[in-house]
Amino acid sequence: MNRLETYLFISSVLAALGFVTIASRRNAVAILMGIELLLNAAALNFVAFGRFVKNAAGTHPLDGQIFAIFILVLAAAEAAILLAVIIAIYRQSESIDVERLRGLKG
Amino acid sequence: MHETAGAIREFGLLKAILLLPLAGAIWNGFFGKWVQRRFGEKPISIVATAAAAGSFLVSLVSVLALRSADGALADRIYTWFSAGDLSVPVALLLDPLSSVMILVVTGVGSLIHVYSIGYMHGDGGYYRYFAFLNLFLFSMLTLVLGDNILLLFVGWEGVGLCSYLLIGFWFTDREKAAAGMKAFLTNRIGDLGFIVGVFALWWLFAGKGVHSLAFADMARSIRLIEGETVLGAPALAFIGIALFVGAAGKSAQIPLYVWLPDAMAGPTPVSALIHAATMVTAGVYMIARMHFLYTLAPAALAVVAIVGAATALFAATIGIAQTDIKKVLAYSTVSQLGYMMIGVGVGAYAAGIFHLMTHAFFKACLFLSAGSVIHAMGGEQDIRKMGGLRKKMPLTFLSMFLATLAIAGIPGFSGFFSKDEILWNAWAGPHGHPLLWAAGALGAGITAFYMFRLVFLAFFGECRASEETKHHLHESPRVVTTPLLALAALSVAGGWVGIPEALGGKSRFHHFLAGVFSPGGAHGEAIAHGEQAVHASRSLEYLLMAASVLIALGGIALAHRLYLARPDLPGRIVSRARLLHRIVENKYYVDEIYRATVIRFVLVLSRALRVFDDFVVDGVVNLSGWVVRIVALVSGWFDNTFVDGLVNAVSNGTIALGARARRLQTGAVQSYVIAVFAGILLLVLLYMGLSGRA
Amino acid sequence: MNPSDYFLILLGVMSVAPAFVVAFSKNLIRSAFALLFTFAGMAGLYGFLAADFLAVLQILVYVGGILVLILFGVLFTQKIYTPEVAAGRYAFRPVLLIGAALFAVLFFVLSAGVAWDTIANRPAEPTIRTLGELLLSRHLLAFEAASVLLLTVLIGAVAVVRKELT
Repeated sequence: MNRLETYLFISSVLAALGFVTIASRRNAVAILMGIELLLNAAALNFVAFGRFVKNAAGTHPLDGQIFAIFILVLAAAEAAILLAVIIAIYRQSESIDVERLRGLKG
Repeated sequence: MHETAGAIREFGLLKAILLLPLAGAIWNGFFGKWVQRRFGEKPISIVATAAAAGSFLVSLVSVLALRSADGALADRIYTWFSAGDLSVPVALLLDPLSSVMILVVTGVGSLIHVYSIGYMHGDGGYYRYFAFLNLFLFSMLTLVLGDNILLLFVGWEGVGLCSYLLIGFWFTDREKAAAGMKAFLTNRIGDLGFIVGVFALWWLFAGKGVHSLAFADMARSIRLIEGETVLGAPALAFIGIALFVGAAGKSAQIPLYVWLPDAMAGPTPVSALIHAATMVTAGVYMIARMHFLYTLAPAALAVVAIVGAATALFAATIGIAQTDIKKVLAYSTVSQLGYMMIGVGVGAYAAGIFHLMTHAFFKACLFLSAGSVIHAMGGEQDIRKMGGLRKKMPLTFLSMFLATLAIAGIPGFSGFFSKDEILWNAWAGPHGHPLLWAAGALGAGITAFYMFRLVFLAFFGECRASEETKHHLHESPRVVTTPLLALAALSVAGGWVGIPEALGGKSRFHHFLAGVFSPGGAHGEAIAHGEQAVHASRSLEYLLMAASVLIALGGIALAHRLYLARPDLPGRIVSRARLLHRIVENKYYVDEIYRATVIRFVLVLSRALRVFDDFVVDGVVNLSGWVVRIVALVSGWFDNTFVDGLVNAVSNGTIALGARARRLQTGAVQSYVIAVFAGILLLVLLYMGLSGRA
Repeated sequence: MNPSDYFLILLGVMSVAPAFVVAFSKNLIRSAFALLFTFAGMAGLYGFLAADFLAVLQILVYVGGILVLILFGVLFTQKIYTPEVAAGRYAFRPVLLIGAALFAVLFFVLSAGVAWDTIANRPAEPTIRTLGELLLSRHLLAFEAASVLLLTVLIGAVAVVRKELT
């Protein structure tokens, strides 16, 4: 059972769900959660490929994990920023319903 | 001219003959009104008369120079125009023929200028009169001195214009103005013929390589076109007749004479100068000038002679019944012009010119005398109201009487010599015919008759004027009588230069002109032949001479009987032949006939053309206007519908597209996310599909 | 099937199932906590993938950091006593459709559909040392860049959130 396909399956599901969350939830924090899901799925993919697939010439078998580490870092940074923005918006308009945020409409 | 022994000498003074009167005309024309108002009449008349007299003096000098020179004098002024191959210069030529003319024109003209000083005194248009008179001199001199036929035509037209201006001088009077018009228009008809002739001349000459219309060049080359035809007719005959049509208009021959009697509406000195002495003689001069053509076209000459004879006789008969003193003289002029035409028409060019000269003297004298009488009579011109003026106006009477003797052809007087020579050539000349002589002789008799009728009625017998008129009757002032007497003297003595050898004279006049019509070709033989004819039958000449004198005396006697001895007779004759008298008195109703036919036709034509213009031409114009409007309408609709429609469609489409596209910009970020992912999926699928499953 | 397979399946379920909750739950707090379980499950999976350091890092950063951050966010922006969030989804049906399509493509087309050049299981080794060496040698640039980024984010977040000095 410990095969590549297993992990790919999981990551696919997570990615799809992450997309659904981003695309359909109205709450900004929920969207953030969706983003994290997506990122996690991607990281899992990296690690799985790194473990199961023969690494190409010039690359290290652990490059997948390196990548996952960076994803982690970036996810954290991005979450921090997003929350800061959310709080700023909340202060502005007392709502974080993204449906309300139609400034880009045109 | 042609084959003269000498060359043509340049003589720059010739232009002065023209320019002096022109200067006078311009001066009086532009400044006359102001001068007259400020300084009166004197300066005006002085300028004008000085111009005329100066021109006469220069003419004298020129003629003297001509006599000492051998050949002709020329003065080339400048090139008028150059079109194609034709180059027309403004150049003057003085030869014996034109010297006769200029002396007559300037001499008689100067005398008439002097006469006019008194006659026109008090007229508001004084300056205008003298300006026109000078202008006339200029035009006439151009006509006579021009060395080519186009320049002649310029003068021709110029005298026509001046004639119009002077006949209608008192233009406020409708009838007088109409008379001026009549003269001009009738002349114009004649001019048409003249122009046709000139065109034909040019066309034919140019076809033979002669690119000049100067008389000398044409005379030299006339044989080149002798055999040509114009519109099927022999060229020279055609041209000769065409040119004669112009002469008929200008010189008042049948059928274009009708303007002359009406021209009496102008001031009497004008009648004297223009319609007796000079302008009307232009036609005769022209034929003499073109003798080289006419001698080669006997048919044309015959036409000239016949028309001349008919006119001479016809006009004389009208003169019998006229009651206006000026009208009598007018018809007499027409008749005498006919004589001149007979002269040139039988090839006796010198004789025709001779009569032109003597006629100028005595006719001018007659007219000026008539003017004196009219003035004294307070404007009355009806001879029935005159009578016995002999005692009241002796000098006038003397002049008139002498001139009448001349015109009647009494031996010794100028008219006798000239008229007689014409009659002689009419019978015995190379182109002559006894019938022509007969018509001329009969006409001479009638002329004597009506002229003496005039004299008897006006100057003899009881004075039939009103008491008031009688009271004012007196002789005219010296400024009037002096020219009269001068002309009377010329009427007597002027013919002595041409006394034929038959009577012991030296025919100086003819020898003077011989150089012009000189031998040097077939045409020369005519004169020589004429000379021979003279020598051949001197007795015939005496016979004919005696016959014409007798006829003249007979006419005088008849007039004496009818108007002096038995004044009741005319009335009885008239009552016996009332119809005939009416016809003659009304000039054979020629004017009326013209009016009913020619003039009516022209008016109808012009009306028809007017209708045509109104309906057809204007209709077409309006129609095209309508068409343009309709086209504009359609074009506008087209533009609105299609062009604008297209533009609008484009913009509307863009807006619609934009509106649709705008819906993408929902402002909802999530939709963007969806779009991105959907797009990615599509791309992946596309990629996989296109490249096959990797 | 070995016992480890069962464990693997369990971990998989523990990762995936809560994700559904995150996606479809109306309760935000519930979603947030479900996310916790997903992260935890992921950590376990990392373990199975012989990524020991990563597993621990996952717990530390995600669960300990990010999740806490999210919870802070949730709680700051709601009234505590009404944890319910505005209901309704945005364009739900199309999203589901695309989501499903996404899964299908991801798994069937891109993953399982491709013949990967797999190798047999490698022996599991401690990775921390190797990772450390890799980070500071081959991936030094990325490492440094990441640190700059973190600094920037730090300052930025504070700047965005900071209240105006009155």
